[in-house]
Order: sequence, then structure tokens, then C-alpha cells
Amino acid sequence: MSERSERTKGRASELAPREFLRWMWRQLTSMRTALFLLLLLAVAAIPGSFIPQRGVDARAVQIFFTDHPTLAPILDAIGMFSVYSSPWFSAIYLLLMISLVGCIIPRIGVYARALRARPPRAPRNFARMPASGSFTTTASVDEVMQAGRSVLRRARIDVVDEGGASELRAEKGFLRELGNLVFHVSIVVVLIGVAIGALWGYRGAVIVTEGNGFSNTLSQYNEFDSGPLFDPEDLPPFSFRLDRMIAEFHADPDSPQYGAPKMFRADVTYTERPGDEPTPYEIFVNHPLSLDGGEVFLPGQGYAPVVRVTDAEGEVVFDDAVVFLPEDGSYRSSGVIKVPDAQPTQWGFQGFFLPTAVSTGDGQASETIYPGAVNPLIGLRMWTGDLGLDDGEPQSVYVLEKEGMQEVLDEDGEPFNISLSPGQSQALPGGGTIEFVELRRFARFQIASTPGVMLPLVGVSVGVVGLIASLMVRPRRTWIRAKATTGDDGRSLTVVDVAALDRVPRDELPDDLDEFLASLREELGETTSAQENRT
Amino acid sequence: MTLEQYAQISNYTTFAATCVLGLALLAYVAEWAFARKVEANAPVMADSDGTVSPSLESADVEPVTDRLSRIGLVLTVLATALMVVSVVTRGLAAQRVPWGNMYEFGLMGITIALIIYLVLVWRHQVQWAGGIVVAFGLVVLGMSLSTYVPAGPLVPALDSHWFIIHVGAVVLAGAFFLVGAAASVLYLIRARAEAKGTVGPVLRRFPAAAVMDKIAYRVNAMAFPLWTFGALIAGPIWAHYAWGRYWGWDPKEVWAFITWVVYAGYLHARATAGWKGRRAAYFCLIGFVTFLFSYYGVNLFGSGLHSYAK
Repeated sequence: MSERSERTKGRASELAPREFLRWMWRQLTSMRTALFLLLLLAVAAIPGSFIPQRGVDARAVQIFFTDHPTLAPILDAIGMFSVYSSPWFSAIYLLLMISLVGCIIPRIGVYARALRARPPRAPRNFARMPASGSFTTTASVDEVMQAGRSVLRRARIDVVDEGGASELRAEKGFLRELGNLVFHVSIVVVLIGVAIGALWGYRGAVIVTEGNGFSNTLSQYNEFDSGPLFDPEDLPPFSFRLDRMIAEFHADPDSPQYGAPKMFRADVTYTERPGDEPTPYEIFVNHPLSLDGGEVFLPGQGYAPVVRVTDAEGEVVFDDAVVFLPEDGSYRSSGVIKVPDAQPTQWGFQGFFLPTAVSTGDGQASETIYPGAVNPLIGLRMWTGDLGLDDGEPQSVYVLEKEGMQEVLDEDGEPFNISLSPGQSQALPGGGTIEFVELRRFARFQIASTPGVMLPLVGVSVGVVGLIASLMVRPRRTWIRAKATTGDDGRSLTVVDVAALDRVPRDELPDDLDEFLASLREELGETTSAQENRT
Repeated sequence: MTLEQYAQISNYTTFAATCVLGLALLAYVAEWAFARKVEANAPVMADSDGTVSPSLESADVEPVTDRLSRIGLVLTVLATALMVVSVVTRGLAAQRVPWGNMYEFGLMGITIALIIYLVLVWRHQVQWAGGIVVAFGLVVLGMSLSTYVPAGPLVPALDSHWFIIHVGAVVLAGAFFLVGAAASVLYLIRARAEAKGTVGPVLRRFPAAAVMDKIAYRVNAMAFPLWTFGALIAGPIWAHYAWGRYWGWDPKEVWAFITWVVYAGYLHARATAGWKGRRAAYFCLIGFVTFLFSYYGVNLFGSGLHSYAK
């Protein structure tokens, strides 16, 4: 290899990366790329609306794994169960943001220069402009310029003498580009605000039965999720007690709304800081309890019958409210009772709760016809054996692990059925009783904090104002040229030429120009009878 | 009047409006058919800008198409008036704003879209496009009728001021999207014919491609800020109060976002050399499809938190 080619090569390797980067930057910030990235973002968002997402419904993801044991791990590997935090989705919107920033920063510079610039000089030939016109007036050149100023009052105006004529240059509509820039900057601001909320925020859910309380510590939550920069030690120390959960439904059987929910209200007594006076508060859907460092919402509720179980030795081995999770809007609910203290073997019960049970015929399972508790009924089946609580694996309280258990059967070898109304109790095979003591309700609270949320909210609101300006404001340049002349009768006259140009073409321009000519002449105190010709 | 009577009036007027709209479509289709016949019998002279100067032979047929066009327009006005009665009585029957479920959302959207169309007819003489608009309207009306629910109060989750603001803005934006999409369809058809030089007797009656493109842009430029406000500001604020989070990628939120992104693409495309016109129109149509999916598809296929809106 010759010395020369060595040198060239050396220089090329010095320059090439820079050139390449510049080329890359130009590509990335081009409108074509931005359009492509926008479409890509739209397409990339689609799978998350069909495939269950961990952040939205973790239980649905589990079910998906059970239903599709081969497909699920593949989808999981490419982040399909958390699309909106996956590297590829993040890559698209980050590229879009870089493209956006790369586009708006130069434009801000251009805009700043345009703001300082004076309106451009008039074109030589007004007839070539999209709209132009002229008339002759007895007013002087100065009067014409003065009238032009007052009609165009909100525009930026320069008046200059140019070759024996006076020229008025006007430009308006600077708000359009400002609005455009504000809107695009606001998108970046929103994204930063969302990121702050996601990094330092937390969100958790907890089920509380009537009469029970909640204090805001990690161990009390059923579900908890927080940003990577949030320390659960920093959970604000508020607490509350659920005094009463009220659920009302439309009760008129003839109405098409029969059974539809009418009102949900959780009456709580809260203490914002330890030592504060407990304060009562009513939490509704759409009406959360706002506390320092978190808000308490009421997204759901249901029934929690109190059940008492006595074992064969007469010991009360279970006496508590049992949360039955609603399966649908009918409030047919399912629940599980685990009795690890029963002797000689552990007991488990699994079944359903019906708020307004009606029998549907002999040997048929009862059904519920109304979500309010008119005729509450618990239906359970019973298992004995090992609940599997001691093997260290965390268990869901809503699922009975039946692996080490055996179902209890009646004399006919059919599953033993327990059916209880409030106050009723039933003897269990082999001794012991189960009793439906009373009916309580539970509330499902969501507790969340999104710090810095005002940033994206204000950002997006300002952005919309900018957006409207960028779509509605019309930048327009107008020129008036006035030249003194002498009429046939020796009177001194002024010939006025007007032209206008829209930066964003609009077809109202000729009409607007007519209107402008009319106001200009009105300002000059003229009647329309004077000579006029529009081109 | 009792609430039941109001509900009944609403149902009857919706039914009547559907029939009248169907008749209007027939009138428009007949108008096109006659226009074709005129062409077949006696070719009309068309100027380059698409205006029609009928030759002598067709003079007796020409008024027929005009009359049919007028009948179509009058029927459209009548259908719009009936729809206005329908949504107002629906609101009176339910004692709240009439956009509490998919059915009402559809009725409201169609009513607004028809009003926008009539305003455009008045301002821009686009009555020849009536057939397409009415056909679009009937399809969406059919979609909403398939989700009929009797008039009634709202579930607690919807009981909020944000309900009026969020759904109101979104339904308005949707109506504009619909008109914009109809204009884009017409633009694509007409622009193609103009490019090929095959502007036939029916197409000639449509406004020029440039006019349709401009109408589509203006309508979408109105819709986009409304959509941004309704779906991406009012929606999250309400979601915060109702569900305890601003944005949770619920299927409806995902599709609202997708719709927003595609329409943002449309506005950018229209401002970009080489993307204006045909490509921008495709963006607009894709955008409208994603909007329809967020309105209708999500509730049909998915569950999600918005499912009570059925």
C-alpha cells in the first residue's frame, strides 16, 4: 500500500465518522423519518391492546400463560406482556423524541431570527402576487401610509421611501410558528413529567372489610408497584378504617336498569399523621380521599360474609370475614376459606356467594337475580388434608391448593354441599360446624401517588393552545405602495397598489384583499365610487 | 311528558331518521345513475375545472338530476332534524347528557357529522358528495343501533363532570374525523380520475380534488386539538379520579393514543412535500379506521376498563 493511500485512508477515518454522524442526524431529523417513526409507534402500540399486559392485568397474563404454554414464553421473551416498557417500544419513542428535539431546536433559532427580522421588501410586480389590487385616491401618500398602519394595526409594519414611492411592508401571524414550537416542546415536557411520575410514584391496592383498618405500610398491601427511585420506607404514614361500605343498585324490577349499580360509597375515618385527630370522610367512585403523599380511590367493592368454623373438638378454629370476589356485574362471587387450625386435619372450603339467591328447580344450583343483598346465600364444598401452607411457597388467599387435599363426600358419594343463609349453621361430616354469622362488605381501595403530575398536565394543556394557534393562525404579508400623481384636472392624486401573500396558501385571500381595500378606503374617508380595479 | 315517553320519542325518531337517511341515499344513488345516463345519451361538455355545460339534447334530463340532488339534500336535512330530536329526547329521558354509552355516542356523533356536512354544503357547495356522507352515516348509525340500550341513568363510575367534558370532546372530534374521512375518500377517487383524465359523468359532479383535500384538512385540523384535549387531557384527568391512575394502557387508551399518533402523522404528511395529497389522505383514512376501532372494536373484542360504555 502506498504512502499516499495510507494518508488518505487516515484522513478518511478521521472524517468519515463525523460525516456519517452528520448524515445520520440529518436522516433522523428529517420529516420522512419522523413520519415513519410515528407510524411505527402506532403499529408498535397495537399488540399491547390484544395481549394482556402485566402492568394492566397481571392475572390475565397468568391465565394466558396457562392457556398458551408454548406461545407465552416466546411472547414473553420479546416483551409482549409489557409492551409499553419494552426496549423496542422505548427505542421507537426515544428516537422520535430525538428526531423531534433535533427538529425543533434549529427551528427555534430560525424563529428567533424571524422575530427580529423586519418585513421583507415588496415585490416589483404586484400582479404576480396571489392577490393584488389598486385604486386612486385624493388622499396624500402619508395619509395612505397612516391609514394602512391603522388597518393593519396588529401586524409588524415598516414604511420606507423607495424610488419616489412610499412602501408599507407588513407581516403578521408570527403566532403560528410559536404555537407549533410550543406544542412540540410541550410533548417533550409531558414525557419528562410522565417519567418523573413513573420513577418516584407508587401505586397499590388493598381489600379492607367493614370494621377493619389499613395503615400505609408495604406489608399491608395486596398489590404494590412503585417506581425504581421510590423507597417504600417513604410511604406517608396515614391510616384509615372502613366504617361502612354502601352499595346501592337500581331496585325497580320493571326498569331496564334493574340491578345496575347506582351508588358506591365507603365511609372511612382517617388519620393523616400519627397522633392527628381521626376525621370521617366519604370516598365515592370519582371522589377520592386526597392525603399528603397519596390518594385513596374506590375502584371496587363486594361481599365479605363472616364465617365461623368449629372443629370436631368444639374449638372455634375460624371466625372472620371472608372476601368473596365478584365474578361479574351480578355479584355472583367466589371465595375460599382456609382453616389450618382444624383438628385432626386441616380444612379448606371453596364456593360461591349469591347476594339474592333464587332456586332454579330441584337439584339445580341456585342463581342470583339481583346484586343487592336481599337473600344472601353461601354455597361451599369442603376438602380435608394438607393446605400446603407450610412449604414456604406464598399462596393466594383466593385459591385453594387441592394437591394435598381430598374432597369430603356425602353418604351417596356425591360432593358434600354446604348451603348457608345468614344466621344458619350446618353440621360437618365427622363433627364440627360451619356458621354464616353475618354479612359484611369489603371495599377495594387503590392508593396512589404520582409526583410532579402537574408538569405533564400543564404541559399538555399549554401544548393544545399552541396546537390550535399553529393550525388556525394565518401568517400573511401585505404590501402597500403609494405614489403621488396628478389627475387630468390637475388635482394631486395618489395611486395605491396593494398586494398580499399567505405563507400558508388559503383561498380566502382574494376576498380578504377586497375587504382590506374597502377598510383602507373607509379609513381614508372615501366612498366606493372612486376608481378601483382589482387584479 | 314522562321519561318513558321521551325515551319512546327518541327511539321512534331514530328509526324515522334511519329510514329518511336511507331514502336520501336512494335519491343520491338515483342522481348518479341519471347523471350516467345523461352522459351515455348525450355527452356533456365539461370544462377543465369540472364545471358542466350541458348540451342541448340533455337539457330535459339535466333537471332530473338536479331535482334528485335537491330531494336528497332535503331528506338529509329532515334526517338531521329528526336526529337532533332523537338525541335531545334521549337526554331528557335519561336526565343527563345523551352520550353515556356506545349507542348514544354513535347517535350523537352522526347527528354532529350531519350538521357539519350541512354547514359544508352551505359554505362550500359540496352537496354532490351527499351520497358518500349519507352512506358513511348509515354505516355508523347501524353500528350504534347494534349496541342499543334503553335510556337510563349512569353507573357510578361515569358520574362525574369529566364525563360530560371527556366524552363530549371525543364525540365532537369523532364527528369531524368522520366528515374528514368521507372527504378524503372522495379526494382519492376524484384525484385518481383527474390524474388519469377519466373524470366521468358522476365524478364530474363531485367537487374538485383540491377542494376535497382542503375540506379534509380543515375538518381534521379542527378534530385533532379536540381529540388531543378529549382523549389525552380530559380522559387521563378523569381516569385519575375514577380509577386512581392517569394513564394505564387500557385497550381504549391504547387505541385513542394510536388514533392520535396517526392523525399527527396526517398533519405532518400534509405539510411535507411528496407526502401531500394521496399519501396524506391514506393517513387520514387509517386514522379514521383506528378511531372506529377505538370506538367500536375495542368494546367488541377486548374487555378493559371502558367496557361498561357498551
